[in-house]
Amino acid sequence: MLEIKNLHASIDDTPILRGIDLTIDNGQVHSLMGPNGSGKSTLAKVLAGDEAYEVTEGSILLDGVDLLELDPHERSAAGLFMAFQYPVEIPGVTMKYFLRTAINSVRKYREQPELDAYEFLSLVKERAAMVELDTDLLDRPVNGGFSGGEKKRAEIFQMAMLEPTACILDETDSGLDIDALRIVADGVNKMRGDNRSFLVITHYQRLLSYIVPDVVHVLVDGRIVRTGGKDLALELEEHGYAPIESEHAVDA
Amino acid sequence: MTNDPNAMLDQWAEQPDYKWGFVTDIEADTVAPGLDESVIRFISAKKDEPEWLLEWRLDAYRKWLTMEAPEWPHFPDRPWGPIDYQAISYFSAPKSDEDRPKSLDEVDPKLLETYEKLGIPLEERAALAGVAVDAVFDSVSVATTFRDKLKEHGVIFCSFSEAVQEHPELIKKYLGSVVPATDNYFAALNSAVFTDGSFVYIPKGVRCPMELSTYFRINALNTGQFERTLIVADDAAYVSYLEGCTAPMRDENQLHAAVVELVAMEDAEIKYSTIQNWYPGDENGKGGIFNFVTKRGICEGDRSHISWTQVETGSAITWKYPSCILKGDDSIGEFYSVALTNMRQQADTGTKMIHLGKNTRSNIVSKGISAGHGHNTYRGLVNIRRNATDARNYTQCDSMLMGEECGAHTFPVIEVANDTGHIEHEASTTKIGEDQIFYCNQRGISPEDAVSMIVNGFCREVLAELPMEFAVEARKLLEVSLEDSVG
Ligand SMILES: Nc1ncnc2c1ncn2[C@@H]1O[C@H](COP(=O)(O)OP(=O)(O)OP(=O)(O)O)[C@@H](O)[C@H]1O
Ligand SMILES: [Mg+2]
Repeated sequence: MLEIKNLHASIDDTPILRGIDLTIDNGQVHSLMGPNGSGKSTLAKVLAGDEAYEVTEGSILLDGVDLLELDPHERSAAGLFMAFQYPVEIPGVTMKYFLRTAINSVRKYREQPELDAYEFLSLVKERAAMVELDTDLLDRPVNGGFSGGEKKRAEIFQMAMLEPTACILDETDSGLDIDALRIVADGVNKMRGDNRSFLVITHYQRLLSYIVPDVVHVLVDGRIVRTGGKDLALELEEHGYAPIESEHAVDA
Repeated sequence: MTNDPNAMLDQWAEQPDYKWGFVTDIEADTVAPGLDESVIRFISAKKDEPEWLLEWRLDAYRKWLTMEAPEWPHFPDRPWGPIDYQAISYFSAPKSDEDRPKSLDEVDPKLLETYEKLGIPLEERAALAGVAVDAVFDSVSVATTFRDKLKEHGVIFCSFSEAVQEHPELIKKYLGSVVPATDNYFAALNSAVFTDGSFVYIPKGVRCPMELSTYFRINALNTGQFERTLIVADDAAYVSYLEGCTAPMRDENQLHAAVVELVAMEDAEIKYSTIQNWYPGDENGKGGIFNFVTKRGICEGDRSHISWTQVETGSAITWKYPSCILKGDDSIGEFYSVALTNMRQQADTGTKMIHLGKNTRSNIVSKGISAGHGHNTYRGLVNIRRNATDARNYTQCDSMLMGEECGAHTFPVIEVANDTGHIEHEASTTKIGEDQIFYCNQRGISPEDAVSMIVNGFCREVLAELPMEFAVEARKLLEVSLEDSVG
């Protein structure tokens, strides 16, 4: 369960998040929508602990653990995963080596035994199949020369490997072709379960017809201004953000 | 600071910025600073050298006097003045020079303790890894092991001084044959005042049964080190030679001007690996070693093969261009390098591949890592001469920058006088950014592990060329050298 309370964050003294309250129960999928620049990626990165942002107020708990007390890698080990909107390339480090380092770091933190080469490779095989990822990609440098769609799929693959309890997907659907979108959505749906919560950031209702959310939030200017069921996404698709934005223009 | 040597050792060893900086308290027999012909005569006499060698030294010295010290290249952050060669002491040896230990049991326990602190327990290393160790401590060898086993195979591995006494014909034949005494300013200085070093001779058809390794330490205050290494691999012989070093923490700049010469005859192969970790100076550029080395090998015979691998993390300034003269037809020269500069360090390193013979091949892989205010320069020459038909060169030159204040520079020069030659050059510059570190963190990898993973990935092709346990040491060194440089 991910509990965000009255979260304020700024970058270079400019407030971006201005009081976010959001609780995602285990087993639930919430979707976060909102206009460009409203702060969606900021929220994702603040949850993950990006030090470029300063949290000025509020709290973040994951299954009761205070994430604000933890460094980014410890948050990951505590069960938080964020699929990046723009995954970075790391030259010289193969995807396989990277993932094995990641998994074993996380396992060590969780006091689980490290995976040996054989166990690791069998897990890779199984999870790659789950997201229909071409394993040849895994011998290349992390995100090195990956197409936009390959990067996004590789993010979901990493999520499947690391088995987090809270998953934040930042526009994982953008840049995906129709088939890839379905594959990624299937992967997420397979991972949905009683011990896991999802926050799916997207601009498009299309993704939400594959990953059906329990709750939809609309973020405007660093605040959640509407919360509703899956139909809210349909409504936004039809009318855009303008009606909601004008409703809240007084705050700006 | 206390005067108790043990307390001092501990204190130095605990310095956060230079974990391996400590000084052993061995009484040195040091000549007063300054350089003239009498100093050279003193060194030569002390070593009981033949007349021709003294003359060779004096000749080099006289030529050196007429040479110009090289201009400092542009070092934006750190204006060094000219070196005062009269302020340097040119000879220092442990007191027990006369009766040097014949085995490890006879070695000063304090020296062994020093190696222990370095993580190189001599006896263990030697025994476990089957490595013969010729430890140069200050300027005189104090321990040589596995000599008997090497003797069985006819391999000569000894200190340079010993070789002068026992194999004068080999020394006379090969000394200065690859790096002439007057090759450059520092080579001339070295030729005049070198005190010791290592000599290796592998006879025809012999594969040296173990890795040969030498550890260098610079220890006595203000004493320049002038090592001389000569390795000769006769027809179809093979040898892998490792050289590694760290130095104690000092405020005084220390000059190091070594010369290494390699000779590979027909079908012979020499692999020469270096880990260099001398004291780099502090964050403000105070102190540190000046490391001006001349390393050159000649592929004299057909199908001979020389390969240089180096991991350079230390020294305030490094100038070093391990080179190959590819004289024999079908000979191969290789250069694999990782140079890391942090704080105010400057490394200017690269190689020269001179293709003389037909079908000669050279391969250059250079990885420069700059962090802090460090500057890293790759300077290379690929020279294909008129008779070198079908010569080939591949050069890959990659730079990695960490932070905003550091720099990477590349100056590859290509000269081709035979149009059957084939040259390929690839270069790249990458930046380790906070976004890459954050990405790794998000996947559970700590910042330290992320940096070392990225750096090791970057250097992989070079580290793969090192012998196994040397590669482990090199990785550790890269990690230690980069601590706190990101985030
Ligand atoms: N380093 C920065 N300096 C100043 N402003 C920044 C910085 N990073 C982000 N911002 C601002 O913060 C706001 C929120 O950005 P964020 O990336 O969170 O938006 P988003 O909702 O994810 O938008 P999109 O839908 O386009 O992905 C934007 O106005 C952006 O310009
Ligand atoms: Mg965004």
